[in-house]
Amino acid sequence: MSLWNRRVIDRWKRVLWGFTGEGILFRLIIYFLLTLVGFVYLYPLFYMVSYSFMDTDDLIDPLVSLLPTGFYVDNFVRAAAVMDFARTLMQTVLVSFLPAALQTASAALIGYGFARFRFPLKPVLFALVLATFVIPPQITMIPQFLMFQQLGLLGSIFAYLIPAIFGQGLKSGLFILIFYQFFRSIPKALEEAAQIDGAGPYRIFAVISVPMAVPAFIISFLFSMVWYWNETTLAALYLGDQLRTLPLQLQQFAATYQKLYPVAPNSQTGRSLNEAINMAGTFLNMIPLLIVYFVAQRWFVESVERSGITGE
Amino acid sequence: MRLSHRWREALTGLSFVCIWIVGFLIFTLFPLVRTFLFSLNEVRITAEGIRTQYIGWENYRAALFLDVQFGDILVQYAMETLVTVPIIVVFALMMALLLNIKVRGRGVFRTIYFLPVVITSGPVIKQLIDQGATTLPGIEDVVEMSLLEQMLPGLIADIVTYLLGSFITILWFSGVQMLIFLAGLQKLDASMYEAASIDGASRWETFWKLTLPMMNPMIVVNLVYTVITQSVFALNPVIGYVQDAMYDPALGMGYSAALAWLYFAVMLILLGLFVLLVRQRKR
Repeated sequence: MSLWNRRVIDRWKRVLWGFTGEGILFRLIIYFLLTLVGFVYLYPLFYMVSYSFMDTDDLIDPLVSLLPTGFYVDNFVRAAAVMDFARTLMQTVLVSFLPAALQTASAALIGYGFARFRFPLKPVLFALVLATFVIPPQITMIPQFLMFQQLGLLGSIFAYLIPAIFGQGLKSGLFILIFYQFFRSIPKALEEAAQIDGAGPYRIFAVISVPMAVPAFIISFLFSMVWYWNETTLAALYLGDQLRTLPLQLQQFAATYQKLYPVAPNSQTGRSLNEAINMAGTFLNMIPLLIVYFVAQRWFVESVERSGITGE
Repeated sequence: MRLSHRWREALTGLSFVCIWIVGFLIFTLFPLVRTFLFSLNEVRITAEGIRTQYIGWENYRAALFLDVQFGDILVQYAMETLVTVPIIVVFALMMALLLNIKVRGRGVFRTIYFLPVVITSGPVIKQLIDQGATTLPGIEDVVEMSLLEQMLPGLIADIVTYLLGSFITILWFSGVQMLIFLAGLQKLDASMYEAASIDGASRWETFWKLTLPMMNPMIVVNLVYTVITQSVFALNPVIGYVQDAMYDPALGMGYSAALAWLYFAVMLILLGLFVLLVRQRKR
C-alpha cells in the first residue's frame, strides 16, 4: 500500500516538476514569471495607447481608469499638427538613416583593418577605439560645436555625417568592435585563395569579406539608426532649429502646443493640453520605431549572438 | 623579401584604419584637449571670436566648492548610479537565466523585453514619467510610503522610494545586458553541468560555482555598458546642467568644460569601482 502510494506521488511529482524541471508546474511558474515581467515592461505602452484615445470626459471620469470609452482621434490630429508630423518624420528619417549608413560603412572598413592586418601601434590604437566608447559626448561637444560653427555646418546634416564618416559618430567604437569581432570569426581561407589568385586587399575586402559580413552590416545599421533617431542632446546642439527630429519636437511639445492652440480666456471646452494629447504625441513619435522593430525584430534580438560581440 | 611583405601588410592595414586615425585626432583628441584648455580659462564668445583668459583651476574650484547645485546633482548622480547599475545587471542576469530555459514561446518574451531599447529616448521617457505611465497603480497601496520613511533611515528610505517610483524605467534599460548574458549562457558547455550533477551538485550550487564564475566577463562588460548608458542618457540631470552652463553667459564655456571634465572623472571613478568589485570576487 505504501509502495503504491509512493509510486503515485512520484508519478505526480514527475508530471508536475519533471526529472530536470520540465514538468507542468515548473513550466507554469516560468510562464507566470515571464508574463508578469512582460506586463510590467509593456504597462507604460498600454497606458500610453489607451490614454491617447481618451477624450476630456474620459480623463475626468473617475470610473474610466484605463480603457477609453471610445476612440477619440482628435488627440492625434492635434498632436500631429503640433509636431508637424509629416515633415518632421522625413527629416528624422534623413538624419538617422544617412549617418547610420555612413557610420556602418566606415566601421566596416576600420574593423576590417584591425581584424586582418598587423601594423605598428595596433594594440594602442585599438584600445583608443574602445576608449572612445567610454568618453561621453558631452565632453567633446563644445569644441565640436565651435568647429562646426566655424565651418558653417551647424544646422545641416553634415554636422552628423562628417564625424560618422571618420568613425567618430554615435557609439562608433561599438560598431567598429562589432565588425572587428565579426571579421575575425570568419575563416581566412577564402581570402587567402583569392590572394593567391592575385587579388589585391581592397578587392578581397569588397568582393569576398563584405558579402560574408551582411549580418554585421544589418545589425550595425539598425542600431546606429535607432540611436541616431533617439539622440536629442547632440541633435539640439548641432542640428538646431533647421532640422527638427521627432524626439526634439516631443521635447518642446507643450510649448509648441500653447503657441498653436492658445487657450481662449472664456472657453470652457477642454482645448488645453491634457494627458491624452501628450500621450498621442508620444505614441506618434514612437510608431515609426515600433514598425522598424517589428519588421527587423529578429535582427535586434539576435544581434548579440550573431555579431559575436561577447567574444570567444 | 620578408620585411617588404610585412611593410606592405602594415601599410594596407593602416590604409583601412587611417580614416579612423584622422577622425580620432580631429573629432575626439583635439576636442578633448580643447575642452581641457577651456576648463582652465574664462571663455567668452565675442563678435570677433573666442576670447580666453587663463585662470588656472579656478573653474574647478568654483564648481566643487561654490556651486552648491552642481555638487548636489553630481552626488545624486553618483548615488543613483551606484544603486541602479547593480540592480539592472542582476535583473538582466535573472531574466537571462529565465529566458535560457527552453520553454515554448520564449522568443516572444525576449522580443518584449528588448523593445524598450529601441524606443527609448529622453523625451519619450520624460513624457511617460510626466503623464504617470511609469508607475504601476496600486504600488502605493502595497507599500506604505510614510511607514517606510519612518522605519528606515533617511538615505535608505530615499533610495527605496526612488526605486519604487522608477523601477519600470530601470527595467527598460536592461535589454542589451539581458541579451549579452543570454549569449553567454548559451555558450556554456552542457557537459560540464552533467558532470556537476553526476557529482551530486544541486542546481543552486552549480549556479554559484559554475554559471556565475563563467559569466564574470559578461558581468564586467554589462557593468561598464550600464554605467555608460546611464551616464550619457539625455535625462541625466548632470548633462542638462552642463549644457545649461554652456549657454549661460554668466557661467560660460570654460566653466561648462570644467563641469564636463569633473563629470567624466566621477563616471570613470564609478566605472573603476564596479570593475574592481567584480574582479576581486573572482579570486
